[in-house]
Amino acid sequence: MAKILNVSNLGKSYSSGSKKLSVLQDINFSIEKGDTFSIVGPSGSGKTTLLGLCAGLDRVDTGSIELCGMDLGGLGEDERALLRSREVGFVFQNFQLLPTLTALENVVVPLELQGVKKASKKGIELLEKVGLANRLHHYPSQLSGGEQQRVAVARAFSNQPSILFADEPTGNLDAETGEKIIRLLFDLNADTGTTLVIVTHDMELAEMTQHQMRLKGGKIVVDQNTPIL
Amino acid sequence: MRKNSNDYTKADFLWILKMAWRDGKASAKKLVLFMASIVIGIAAVVSIQSFGDNLKKNISLQSKSLMGADFIIDSKQPPNARVMGIMDSLGGANAKEINFPSMAVFVNKGSSKLVQIRGVEGGFPFYGEIDTEPKEAASMYQEKGAALVDATVMHQLGVVPGDSIKVGEVTLPIAGSINSIPGSSSIFSSIAPPVVIPYRFIENSGLIQQGSRLEYEYYFVADTNMDLELLDKTLNPILEAEEADLDTHLSTSRNLGRRYDNFGKFLNLVAFIALLLGCIGIASAVHVYIKGKLPNVAVLKCLGATKRQTFLIYLIQIAVIGFVGGLIGTTVGLLLQQGFPILLQGLLPVEVQVSWAPQAIFMGLALGVFMSVLFALYPLMSTLYVSPLQALRIGNKSESASKLSGVLVSGGIFIFIFLFSLWLIREWRYAVAFVAGILITFSILAAVAHFLMRGIKVYFPSSWSFPARQSLLNLFRPQNQTIILILSIGVGTFLISTLYFTKDFLLAQTNMEKQANSPNIILLDVQTEQRGEVAGTIKDNDLSVLNDIPIVTMRVQELNGRSVNEIRKDTTSTVRRWILNHEFRVTYRDSITSSESLESGDWVGVVEQESEIPISISDNFARDAKVSLDDKITFNVQGVIVNTRVASIRTVDWSSMQPNFTIVFPKGVLENAPQFRVLTTNAPSQAISAGLQRDLVHKFPNISILDLRQILVVIEGLLNKISWIINFMAFFSILTGIIVLLGAIRTGKYQRIKESVLLRTLGAKSSQILWITALEYLYLGVLGSLSGIVLSLVSSQLMAWWVFDAPFVPSLVPFLVLFPGIVLLVLFIGLMNSRSVITSPPLVVLRKEGD
Repeated sequence: MAKILNVSNLGKSYSSGSKKLSVLQDINFSIEKGDTFSIVGPSGSGKTTLLGLCAGLDRVDTGSIELCGMDLGGLGEDERALLRSREVGFVFQNFQLLPTLTALENVVVPLELQGVKKASKKGIELLEKVGLANRLHHYPSQLSGGEQQRVAVARAFSNQPSILFADEPTGNLDAETGEKIIRLLFDLNADTGTTLVIVTHDMELAEMTQHQMRLKGGKIVVDQNTPIL
Repeated sequence: MRKNSNDYTKADFLWILKMAWRDGKASAKKLVLFMASIVIGIAAVVSIQSFGDNLKKNISLQSKSLMGADFIIDSKQPPNARVMGIMDSLGGANAKEINFPSMAVFVNKGSSKLVQIRGVEGGFPFYGEIDTEPKEAASMYQEKGAALVDATVMHQLGVVPGDSIKVGEVTLPIAGSINSIPGSSSIFSSIAPPVVIPYRFIENSGLIQQGSRLEYEYYFVADTNMDLELLDKTLNPILEAEEADLDTHLSTSRNLGRRYDNFGKFLNLVAFIALLLGCIGIASAVHVYIKGKLPNVAVLKCLGATKRQTFLIYLIQIAVIGFVGGLIGTTVGLLLQQGFPILLQGLLPVEVQVSWAPQAIFMGLALGVFMSVLFALYPLMSTLYVSPLQALRIGNKSESASKLSGVLVSGGIFIFIFLFSLWLIREWRYAVAFVAGILITFSILAAVAHFLMRGIKVYFPSSWSFPARQSLLNLFRPQNQTIILILSIGVGTFLISTLYFTKDFLLAQTNMEKQANSPNIILLDVQTEQRGEVAGTIKDNDLSVLNDIPIVTMRVQELNGRSVNEIRKDTTSTVRRWILNHEFRVTYRDSITSSESLESGDWVGVVEQESEIPISISDNFARDAKVSLDDKITFNVQGVIVNTRVASIRTVDWSSMQPNFTIVFPKGVLENAPQFRVLTTNAPSQAISAGLQRDLVHKFPNISILDLRQILVVIEGLLNKISWIINFMAFFSILTGIIVLLGAIRTGKYQRIKESVLLRTLGAKSSQILWITALEYLYLGVLGSLSGIVLSLVSSQLMAWWVFDAPFVPSLVPFLVLFPGIVLLVLFIGLMNSRSVITSPPLVVLRKEGD
């Protein structure tokens, strides 16, 4: 199968005061289209940074990332933004809905960024799909945590992304709600064929994915082909 | 692959507009306050600008009725044959007038007053009208041989139509009172109000004597096709050579408009300061607003929005707010100007019909958009630098806007302020001074605020009670707006207290003159032969003659060998016109007076026969005549040519209330020249002054008496009126300050609520929270208003040294009234807006604020 994400010799460091702090070193892995993939590791292991880099939110210091057949290093900031608007979906731990926009408006932002006509119609369909047909015009502050995350999932799938990055998608939810969200993510993955990349602490969740990768101190300690437990 | 990279399209501008609208809609409350910050400033600028335009337009429209004719030829002496010839060639004057200041006696009341006698012959005015009470008096006075008297004088002295007025040797019945008359401005009228009499009585009045300050005016009605500008240009140089002058209604209205324009420019600058203050409020509020929006920007970038798109979303919001602010401000300004004619009553030369000036409307809207965007640009730029990684909880601090962009934006702001003030005042030096003044004032206030805060940090009063300490600490909370609050309160207080100190200072200076044993009655036009008798009359009233000053009139004939006619024709000459045309009133004495100081050269008190008389000139004469020490000036002393040399140059304090002179001759030269005298005395009370005036007017009708007490009352009234207007403009700054304050309080409210809830959870009582909040605003009010007052003290002291050259005793009013007033106002606004923080239970507050 074709690779949707290919990471080679990735290295990234940030400066902290006068010191340079190495966050990721020598990371190599690839993900195939339609796969489900999890990145696990303790706090500070660099997994969220890796997720951000894979989505083109920042540039790598060393190595390269190829996303959807495009070398991210060769793209400018705006080109990467356009790539994200077309090919990438995001689900965040703290939902990251725009507080000044209603549920429907939040969902249609990625579609509108692409200039899609009748974005609202598609947005309504998606919110119906996640069970929020009656909350279209509510602001995030008027929704519960679970509802907010469902809006976020609807938003993530609204642009029919090739790849969806989920950062601790259940981290701020109770177990029951978290389970519903996971089910939703995997169902949508199955329906649309979107590649799912999840960063999580939750080993149970990680085991639900086809491939797992463990990070520690910015390095891969177990590759995706090795069982975690 | 479902999508090809070539399919990537950018969201169009409509989406950006849609996002700006969606986000702005939800942030409406915050945005309304930003908008309010500039509304007041724009209203102030637009109202002044629009009213100024209207005034100019009205002066121009009413120029003929202001003059009463199309053009006038005037002269300080009876026109010579050449001038008469020119007037004849123009078809002869349609009306003539002779006017001069003189004492008038109101026979029935036994009171006298200095008035401006206007002896009129012919159908003057040809445009406009003499507005009299009763109406028919204006048309009947000539025929009936009666006088028309200024309405205010009649009212003050209780004179009614039918009473008599004695002008010199002539007594006439009063036909009516004058409400307005072409050719008499309201400001001058308050010192020497007009009295109009038929021309034929002037001769018999006996008032045309040596030294009388006469003006002969000939009124003309032009043919409709006559080019008045061309006439002015052609005839004026010829007439000037004959010591006459031509004024058209166009040039007169232009000059008048210019004079009012200057005052308008000053008020415009005061209004502009209010606008700038509002803009600083915007910059500060946008800074906090955008800071709150940065997480959203990061999310939008994650979702694929570009830097440009996210930047434009907020830029458009600010521009729209600016536009709406401009629109509201412009509307308020246009409505406000409707009240100006009432506000400025007595100061305006014409009745102003207020209309909406398109230029002012455009300016208001443009200012709203441009200034809000300009001042919001720097905080807005942080959206460009925010990293999308922030949405992923990664503590990667976004790069802040670079130093270069900060410098560029600040540079842009100063260039704009400079260009706009240059447009307002049309003089680049003043514009530079204004920008420098603004920069210095704002920097000093910001520095005062900064150092006070640092001082508090370094010398933190650890022994104070918890609420007192906590409220002090609140001044340093993250995203605090302490500096901007101190700045806005400080600038408003600074403006008002500086205006107060200056006004107070000017009035105190005139008061000093009143108290000292200096002259307060000046007798003008005393003929040499009357001198002894006049002095006797003063002594009979138990007063002493303080000064007996001889005056000789003369004109400049040559400057360093060049005749005045030659200089007039020389287009490159920079010698000011008044030097060439003025009839100088010169004195001679052997010593300098207390209001003079020698700037350069040697004072020569007495001379024997010399070919070149060593004279002393004032510094302004030297500057305007382009002469310096040892330069030669030839005077025409009533037909006799006198050669002089500049022996000394004096600095003269023209503001001192005593006779001052531009040119002073030494003793021993002019004693035998035709002359008249000025005598001064000090009358300790109004009653003694009135008695003396009565005696003098009775015995010597030709003498004009200047009662400085009355003039001071007029000046005080005028100063009060002007300072009231300036205070009114400064009020805009205070109002803007209040709005900026409100905005700042609202912006920091959530932070304050969180702190308050935390403190309550830890066991703080409502009274303690109230104390903390109250003390925080008290500190802000005290720091802001005190900084403003202290800075105004310093600037007033500097003005006292450099401008007025006099001691400065600061009034206590700013400290006793303004300071507590502003502190209480800040406290009141602060507490009113924090009620929910103080009174509601923590859970209710949290739920409410979370919505």
